[in-house]
Amino acid sequence: MEGSSDLPPTDPESDQPGETAGNTARSGSGGVRLEGVTKKFGDFAAVHDMDLDIADGEFFTMLGPSGCGKTTTLRMIAGFEQPTTGKVLIDGSDVAGLPAYKRPTNTVFQSYALFPHMTLEENVGFGLKRQKVPKAEIKKRVAGELERVGLSREAKRKPNQLSGGQQQRVALARALVNLPKVLLLDEPLGALDLKLRKGLQVQLKEIQRDVGITFVYVTHDQEEALTMSDRIAVMNEGMIEQCADPETVYDRPSTTFVAGFIGVSNLMPAVAKGPGEIEIADGPTVPTADAAQFSSGEKCFAVVRPEKLTVSLPENAPGDQPGIDGIVESSLYLGTSTQMAIKVADDVNMTVLVPNASEDARQHLPGGGAKVRLNWLPEHMHLVAESDPGGSDADQTSTDQVTEGVNS
Amino acid sequence: MRAWRWLRENAVMIVGILALLYMLTPIFIIAIFSFNDPTGRYNFEWVGFTTQYWQHPFEITELTSALEVSIRLAFFTAIGATILGTLIAIALVRYQFFGRRAANLLIVIPMATPEVVIGASLLSFFLTLNIFELGFQTLLIAHIMFSVSFVVIVVRSRLIGFDRRLEEAAQDLGANAFTTFRKVTLPLIAPGVVSAALLSFALSIDDFVISNFNSGAEVTFPLYIFGANQRGIPVQVNVIATMLFALTVIAMLFVIIQQRRAEKAGEIRPEEETHEATVPITV
Repeated sequence: MEGSSDLPPTDPESDQPGETAGNTARSGSGGVRLEGVTKKFGDFAAVHDMDLDIADGEFFTMLGPSGCGKTTTLRMIAGFEQPTTGKVLIDGSDVAGLPAYKRPTNTVFQSYALFPHMTLEENVGFGLKRQKVPKAEIKKRVAGELERVGLSREAKRKPNQLSGGQQQRVALARALVNLPKVLLLDEPLGALDLKLRKGLQVQLKEIQRDVGITFVYVTHDQEEALTMSDRIAVMNEGMIEQCADPETVYDRPSTTFVAGFIGVSNLMPAVAKGPGEIEIADGPTVPTADAAQFSSGEKCFAVVRPEKLTVSLPENAPGDQPGIDGIVESSLYLGTSTQMAIKVADDVNMTVLVPNASEDARQHLPGGGAKVRLNWLPEHMHLVAESDPGGSDADQTSTDQVTEGVNS
Repeated sequence: MRAWRWLRENAVMIVGILALLYMLTPIFIIAIFSFNDPTGRYNFEWVGFTTQYWQHPFEITELTSALEVSIRLAFFTAIGATILGTLIAIALVRYQFFGRRAANLLIVIPMATPEVVIGASLLSFFLTLNIFELGFQTLLIAHIMFSVSFVVIVVRSRLIGFDRRLEEAAQDLGANAFTTFRKVTLPLIAPGVVSAALLSFALSIDDFVISNFNSGAEVTFPLYIFGANQRGIPVQVNVIATMLFALTVIAMLFVIIQQRRAEKAGEIRPEEETHEATVPITV
């Protein structure tokens, strides 16, 4: 796509510094900082004492279940909500009290919120018109932006003549054409079907790299978050559970909630034994540097991702790897892999993904009811503390996700 | 047996046609009698066909001036009631304030109150107030007053179905509150506002009872007909009534055609969803 000889959508030189702060050349894209932000609706704290630092040009994702406060946080950055306490800084300046129309941010809404009475052109040009950009330039920038999202031919159409995916791209163009310092995206792909979503994920990421604008992306889809983000903040009940790059969030979740929300959580209860090792309940004692964060005798959970577990009959198990015994409950063919549910203890269920590399090996996987041993490499095991407030929540997730989280 | 079945299958249609006939017969009779050539003062019996009254519909000056007054009154009523009613509806739907619930209830009271009561109380109000002379002014005030409720109800229902995120989107793109209203809110509630305006126009041109109390020396179209009834109604009344009816039908057809076109435009989906993933995005 870099090879295409199309015009760049905008011409930074002809940028007019408008009356509203929204109009700034792309080089001025800025970061976002939240300092001790709390948002209360009545007695309910939707966001609780949140600190966040989003870097200039970063693709930052807020990930969490519905009601975790991610959208409220986004709306506070956009200016639709004012924080009860705390500060929001955009590009270094405090935006307290600034209404949405004076902020250098633009939003892509979940429902697109395209103006149904205007053509695509008018929709995309709406922001520039408010900034009193000269007509000729508006025309040029709108055309460029529509071309970027591949909808030049539809410029004179009304939004309701477009499909969902096309509408979504118009919403993106309408926001990007203003060259905001920060682009806020509120589950923009939520209403689209899976195939379309995957295509747009890639395109969004490419656009972000190209324009270099800070993206703050809100989603409840863990895969979407892992695919696109530079960094992810996993949120739960108005607080950030973990904020890190996708690999860290996936491989080294910091709490049971994060482990459960990102992918399938295989949580084995364990007890720390001194600084260097842990003892898994009904299982072996395993040396791990992770244990240092727990005091001796403290309870924790050992996490091993499903694709990093191996299943074998006890007599064939590799003796040099830590392992635990269990019973095969079910086995599900998923095409590229086989997903096995293995019961290790009464309330400890483990999920294993066995790649279907060879048909022969697949045929010889232990069936339902078979006694098996799960093994893993010590470096693939990671310790997490139980999530603080949502302790009960995390327990639920750990069992529920086994069944529902896998096919995504 | 077969006839019985036919009747059963088409019962809804038959009842519908009967109901329509019931409603439209008086109007057809008025239209037909506009071509009558009555011998006496009364235009009640069919005598013979003539187009002479259609050739000179505005011959009777009192009738023509009454019509003029009515149209002028209805026009200003529509404007006044629509502006006031739309603003009230926005306040009732959008804002939380003391007395909002009470206002929501009270707004329908003028619709439920008998017209005689409204007319009489307005008259005594105007007489007590003693600021306005009974005439066009008092008629206008009275008509706006009873039309506002209808406007509020029509516009309110349009506002309730309104997606607030469209306004947020406008603000997000740099529009202040006034621009947002002018560019997004108003165009989107416009169909409701227009039908509210047409409705108040119709209510005003139609009103007799309230006008009768508050007209002073002013004569509106319905008041003229009522007065003329004593002496015999001229055929021109039928002609003008038929014209008004035809105008209304044309206006309604226009609205319906517009709506059909808008609906049709909404149905077209130029591309299938599945094509989308392959549409290249130029980066």
